[in-house]
Amino acid sequence: MSKLDAKIPEGPLADKWTNHKNKINLVNPANKRHIDVIVIGTGLAGASAAATLAELGYNVKAFAFQDSPRRAHSIAAQGGINAAKNYQSDGDSVYRLFYDTIKGGDYRSREANVYRLAEVSTSIIDQCVAQGVPFAREYGGLLDNRSFGGVLVSRTFYAKGQTGQQLLLGAYSALSRQISKGKVEMYNRHEMMDIVIVDGKARGVIVRDLITGELERHSAHAVVLASGGYGNVFFLSTNAMGSNVTAAWKAYRRGAFMANPSFTQIHPTCIPVSGDHQSKLTLMSESLRNDGRIWVPKKKEDAEKLQQKRIKPTEIPEEDRDYYLERRYPAFGNLVPRDVASRAAKERCDAGYGVNPTSQAVYLDFADAIMRYGRTEAHVKGIHNPSDDQVRELGKKVIEAKYGNLFQMYEKIQDENPYETPMMIYPAVHYTMGGLWVDYNLMTTVPGLYALGECNFSDHGANRLGASALMQGLADGYFVIPYTIGDYLANDIRTGPISTESQEFEEAEKFVSDQIKHFVNNNGEKSVDYYHKKLGKIMWDKVGMSRSEEGLKAAINEIRALREEFWKNVRVPGSDTGLNTELEKAIRVSDFLELGELMAMDALDRTESCGGHFREESQTPEGEALRKDETFSFVSAYEHKENDPGKSELHKEPLTFENVEVKQRSYK
Amino acid sequence: MKLHLKIWRQNGPQDKGKMVDYDINDVSPDMSFLEMLDVLNESLVAKNEEPIAFDHDCREGICGTCSLFINGEAHGPDRAVTTCQLHMRKFKDGDTIYIEPWRAKAFPVIKDLMVDRSAFDRIIQAGGYVSVNTSGNTLDANAIPIPKHDADRSFDAAACIGCGACVATCKNASAMLFVSAKVSQFSLLPQGKVEAKQRALNMVKQMDEEGFGNCTNTGACEVECPKEISLENIARLNREYLSAALVE
Repeated sequence: MSKLDAKIPEGPLADKWTNHKNKINLVNPANKRHIDVIVIGTGLAGASAAATLAELGYNVKAFAFQDSPRRAHSIAAQGGINAAKNYQSDGDSVYRLFYDTIKGGDYRSREANVYRLAEVSTSIIDQCVAQGVPFAREYGGLLDNRSFGGVLVSRTFYAKGQTGQQLLLGAYSALSRQISKGKVEMYNRHEMMDIVIVDGKARGVIVRDLITGELERHSAHAVVLASGGYGNVFFLSTNAMGSNVTAAWKAYRRGAFMANPSFTQIHPTCIPVSGDHQSKLTLMSESLRNDGRIWVPKKKEDAEKLQQKRIKPTEIPEEDRDYYLERRYPAFGNLVPRDVASRAAKERCDAGYGVNPTSQAVYLDFADAIMRYGRTEAHVKGIHNPSDDQVRELGKKVIEAKYGNLFQMYEKIQDENPYETPMMIYPAVHYTMGGLWVDYNLMTTVPGLYALGECNFSDHGANRLGASALMQGLADGYFVIPYTIGDYLANDIRTGPISTESQEFEEAEKFVSDQIKHFVNNNGEKSVDYYHKKLGKIMWDKVGMSRSEEGLKAAINEIRALREEFWKNVRVPGSDTGLNTELEKAIRVSDFLELGELMAMDALDRTESCGGHFREESQTPEGEALRKDETFSFVSAYEHKENDPGKSELHKEPLTFENVEVKQRSYK
Repeated sequence: MKLHLKIWRQNGPQDKGKMVDYDINDVSPDMSFLEMLDVLNESLVAKNEEPIAFDHDCREGICGTCSLFINGEAHGPDRAVTTCQLHMRKFKDGDTIYIEPWRAKAFPVIKDLMVDRSAFDRIIQAGGYVSVNTSGNTLDANAIPIPKHDADRSFDAAACIGCGACVATCKNASAMLFVSAKVSQFSLLPQGKVEAKQRALNMVKQMDEEGFGNCTNTGACEVECPKEISLENIARLNREYLSAALVE
């Protein structure tokens, strides 16, 4: 019998969530006052969970490593949030959102979870509007929508290119309201260092006060992780500098299974790398692909001239441009899913058609859209026979209203005006679909330990569709965990407060403090960043957009050697008391160095291509990803063993599809 | 480029603190300002010295964490950017650059260039929300049409990232631009109008308790705001506040 019981409720797909809610245990309001819940992270999932659980009456302690809950990295999400509202009457429905998400995820996610996500998506929009989130509106006063990759309807709600910011500030305001009522105790600048398990259940955490350096013990009846994704294992990613895997990894080391760790999303539209000093990469929202056309030159000599900066892109005539997404995928064109768009960009650049000095960039061109919008505007304004310049000026205004902040961001970084010359973009690590394994209730394999949002694996399979991360974070926090956690906590109404004086807390704290002492006393020679960059390069070259058996095996050996050297030779100046940013980084990187190996192992084991996971050995003659459903229709879930990620034990949760027909994805 | 840096070092809130000189070579114009500091910090670590502490996270101008006062200007010489979006091409070879933390009574220094901005959180906790529960059992999102003009202006106010540049820039260390942006976001929307008056009173009260100064309409905050939050918001807050105070 597999150790993995997903606890999918009985009944038809569309009734599962309602049936489940009707059957699960509830905790009465008087008892909720005696139950404590810890929430780690205050992004969309964490802030919405903390606020809602507090509202229900639980005593919540929330922790964020940032200086304020409002700064969690959800804030940087740009393009939008999906919901099956069908306000545009363009054929959308809960089923279609479910279907698109399953297909977009390349049939590697659980039907029941994804259906629930689509089902509650509509409530998210209602909720956010009630909270005063200023979504974009049409002139009639109703909410506006736009399209995202991998779908044929307009279901994405947005607030310019700052949708994540507005949704997070909404959740933050709900959280702030509960803090002011004393129902949430907020700990800023506190980072989770370990989970404490008592009698097999998650009963608390060890956290480090990043200002004083002191370790603290906090107990609770349940622990909710909402600590985000682990894209920073690649060093360069679109994640914030502080985004890390430590909370999730410590959970893994304490018995929570890690699912599909190799499933990484490489986002196609990011600003290309400019040099060795680079600390992070910047995303340009996928919404830009609504209007931007992606191209490289048809002729290699043109590409070479561009690489040497001898010509400008605007000098290349229309007939010499290769709009390769439109060419290869006529049905979806520039709006193919992210994994497909990223691989296609890599393919062109590897073939020598890249357009910047590193040959690692393609164009995203708005010239057509500017003229198209301009003509419509001229028509609306009653300007007959407008000149091209007039049309262009009118069109630029429309583009500015839609994407102004993104264009400004691009200009500040690249020092080029994207209204005049096409943007240059290249894929970058953006999101991790993999994460802690959770059941339908979002509980990990450790009783009482939950994982929400990007830190779980649950909804996006092998590739996430655009505008679905915000949807999942808020769905988990506002509408799923408030129900499912009650089912578990109903057994805890007589438990009373959990002591932090137990041997388990003692041991966990000692484990953390020993690790910290090791770092500050190590007197090594190389900085933390030195190792992080080396790890990132191994990951990007061998566990990135394209993976092979040979590369993955080499990566595993290289990461193991690097990890050993890191522990011997890393240098952390300063002490374990007071603020020490190098120490914070050392702890995070030590976990990335273990995670990297597990990611490579998982990628090696899965000899099919699916979604963002592309194995060179598994492709069609045309170079498209080739899935192998007979062998790989399962979730990989790893169990930590013997203090060594290399010895992790693989468990498989079979995936069954009863409501969709499984086929090879085609966007042609 | 070669640069001379004069950076504020302060080893904790009780320490007196001082400017310390650093020279840095091989600065590329394509580096961001914080990447330049990363390079400096790497060189300090190589010498086994403690790196300079500064706040930063998203490095794309949206989280509001970064916060430097550069050559006497919040977020440096460029307009409509945060420090993390400032690039070294805005400086010249041989320049001397002064780097200091936000300075305001309500933002005490934690270490070096890091300050404590939790006063902003407490102001939001005093009323920066619509008092609805998060159950999802509410009106359909399209039940109340909102004029696009109002929704857009509400968004413009809501774009505030809470970095504190307005406070750092203001000679009185006033937080009016920050508070007024939040008050405006809600008072422009029907959902937020219900509590508009109480919200203005409560948030202003908390702002005063935190030790922020008064607004004397110099307009410096608007100039330095990386998100170009408009002074109109302050006028709107004053209106809300006065009409609420009259009723009280």
